[in-house]
Amino acid sequence: MTAAPVETGPKSSSERGALARARLLRGLLPAMSLVLVLLAIAWLNPRAISYFGFSLMLNLAIPIALATIAQMFVIAGNELDLSIGTFVGFVGCVTATWLKDAPLVGVLILLGSIGVYALLGALIHLRNLPSIVVTLGMSFVWQGLAILILPKPGGKAPDWLLSLMAVKPPFVPFPIIAALLIAAVVHFGLMRTSYGVILRGSGGNAAALSRAGWSLLKTKIVLFALAGLFGVLSGMALIGITTSADANIGNGYTLLAIAGVILGGGEFVGGRVSPIGAVIGALTLALAASPLLTFMHIPPDWQVAANGAILIIVLAARVLISRRER
Amino acid sequence: MPDAGADIIRLDGAEKRFGAVRALAGVDFHVGAGECVGLVGHNGAGKSTLMHMVAGTLVPDSGRIAVRGSIEDSYSVPRAQQLGIRCVFQELSLCPNLSVAENTRINHTALRGLGWRRKAADLITAKLDEIFPGHSISASDNASDLSIGRRQMVEVARAFTVTQDPLELVILDEPTSSLDAHTAGQLLAFVRRFVAGGKSCILISHVLGEVLGNADRIVVMRDGKIVASDAAKAFDRDRLVTTMGGAEAREKIAAEIATQKPETGPLRVRARPARQQDGNELVAHAGEIIGLAGLAGHGQTDLLLAIFAAAARAKTGIEVTTPVALVAGDRQADGIFPQWSIAQNIGIRSLARLRNGLLISPQREAELASFWQRKIGIRTPDMNNNIFSLSGGNQQKTLFARALGSDAKIVLMDDPMRGVDIGTKLEVYDLVREEAGRGRTFLWYTTETEELDNCHKIYVFKNGRIVANLGRDELTEEKIIQSSFGDAA
Repeated sequence: MTAAPVETGPKSSSERGALARARLLRGLLPAMSLVLVLLAIAWLNPRAISYFGFSLMLNLAIPIALATIAQMFVIAGNELDLSIGTFVGFVGCVTATWLKDAPLVGVLILLGSIGVYALLGALIHLRNLPSIVVTLGMSFVWQGLAILILPKPGGKAPDWLLSLMAVKPPFVPFPIIAALLIAAVVHFGLMRTSYGVILRGSGGNAAALSRAGWSLLKTKIVLFALAGLFGVLSGMALIGITTSADANIGNGYTLLAIAGVILGGGEFVGGRVSPIGAVIGALTLALAASPLLTFMHIPPDWQVAANGAILIIVLAARVLISRRER
Repeated sequence: MPDAGADIIRLDGAEKRFGAVRALAGVDFHVGAGECVGLVGHNGAGKSTLMHMVAGTLVPDSGRIAVRGSIEDSYSVPRAQQLGIRCVFQELSLCPNLSVAENTRINHTALRGLGWRRKAADLITAKLDEIFPGHSISASDNASDLSIGRRQMVEVARAFTVTQDPLELVILDEPTSSLDAHTAGQLLAFVRRFVAGGKSCILISHVLGEVLGNADRIVVMRDGKIVASDAAKAFDRDRLVTTMGGAEAREKIAAEIATQKPETGPLRVRARPARQQDGNELVAHAGEIIGLAGLAGHGQTDLLLAIFAAAARAKTGIEVTTPVALVAGDRQADGIFPQWSIAQNIGIRSLARLRNGLLISPQREAELASFWQRKIGIRTPDMNNNIFSLSGGNQQKTLFARALGSDAKIVLMDDPMRGVDIGTKLEVYDLVREEAGRGRTFLWYTTETEELDNCHKIYVFKNGRIVANLGRDELTEEKIIQSSFGDAA
């Protein structure tokens, strides 16, 4: 017995190496789909691959990426936020009115809305409510508030925000730098810090976490507050680009954000999310959404359907690769 | 010994009710320093409830908890951790989406700040090396990529890691349920070293030999009460089984199997593992109970799943002649429909028979369910209750009822008795032998050598291959271990 060979059964180190490779492959899938979309654009319209072209094509990618990150925090805790789109619209309206005219009130409103998100997290945890129902209800609240603030399109972004979003750094377009920054910061916070482990663990095995003495109420509040924070950043970035607001401006973001998280390698349950993947997913969606399809001469009427088709193809590829993991 | 100051923990008159069920009825329990206490009893005897109180995850309705002689009024998990009391729970409690190092971090608030990942990785690796030399687990492995046995190894090792809080007492609830004999031996040897170092341990196991061989004192629970507490030397297997209120001993099984040796019936399964290079193959006839043995995770489950798949769609190297049913080993993941009632969980494998036109006949479903409730003894007031209202052993019985109530002539069992109490086990063994007598074929993968007593023939697996084929009369534990480790039989 003392000379017993090291176990080399299935799932031994070599096989786990294969599993790790498959996971790496799956992790690379979002990046590959982005490269594919870029290649297609380059082939269709080589002039688009330039400093100016990227600035233009990826302009709206920043708010989408931020909204996707917001959604990712909620999904990391096995919940879903159906209100992020109208919340972004609400933040946009506040940004274009209060934040410009009475900055202090504007800041308080935005901080308060993050607080509301935190309270929603507490409510969902304490009353054990389905987040889909709560956030669906909240989506109407945010929409209503946005219409109250700005009954018809208008308002104006604060000047500092306009100039921030119009920064033209040398060599690399601003949206790309912003995307890298967002991905790096959130990756560090969620994937590398010791409390990030707890946040992801709450989605992986909540019972184990509470047995180890962690508060699930706190993790849920933190995840929702982070979602609120990034929702606020998304709304502000959006208004910085569009310069004026509209109560319906963010409505499409709810589904874009969910799709971005999933496209980026996240899963609806189990705490499996990837901030870098989510940002890449958002970029891919932003590019595939309109520039690519426009270059393909697909009429606007068909663009939404074509967008959906791209989503299905990428997700199907992901499922095929995950199946090889088994 | 009964000096209060020397006790790590002492519970006096602990009581707990869950609704109408009285899980603990006034229990006095203590663990001394440098003592390994064995805790045995059937499922539902109150062992887990008692351990949840020691670990701080449940608060007793009445009674006192004292740690090292001082009364704890607001005892909780963080408080227990501060005092150095840890628990490895029976259900696996790793986060599957996190790495081994990250899972270690969850149990240590002190692992933070710069370089915490390196510290966590070093901590768990050192402990794994200490307890399970040659474990081949890396701290960066994702928990979901590890086999169930390795996950259990990580969980056990994690409980013994130390950062800022002291470590005084570790509760091990069925720590070897997913380990093979070799790693289980490594763990138990470590527990002895740990206790010899002045620390304490509570060992809960359904494998009575482990408790008898490793505990200093054995506490027996029945119906929410402690019915015996004595030095381990004062017990032997028979006394334990009678104190627990268990059924008859295993000699009866062996005798019955020996007399029941079936004449060779028609061929049911002929299968060759995918990695098999020589001519060895598994052959099963009607009425046979075939054991699949060897170290955990060496291809037994894979072969069962391959046979299961081959029953639906022809596969090279595997011949299956009749319908097949599978009793899953990982009950929660592969066996149970959590939202469904007990009756629905039983009926799912037999829908064709339960159909009335296009719909499922509730009446026939209820008939099937109540037939098996009586036959297999599922303890519930109402088969329409949710499956989770049952204890673990009764849930497993439900899965057996699903397989045995179906038209399948071949039943594949993937280590189904993991963590099930001995009373339930003996009932199911009887049933399996009875059904085999009626011509059913059982392919039974088990990690518990005792269960192989029920088999007519045993195949030993190593590295995904069959390395030995033992008849009933050649079966000994040494022989299986020898084949499991040797290169060829």
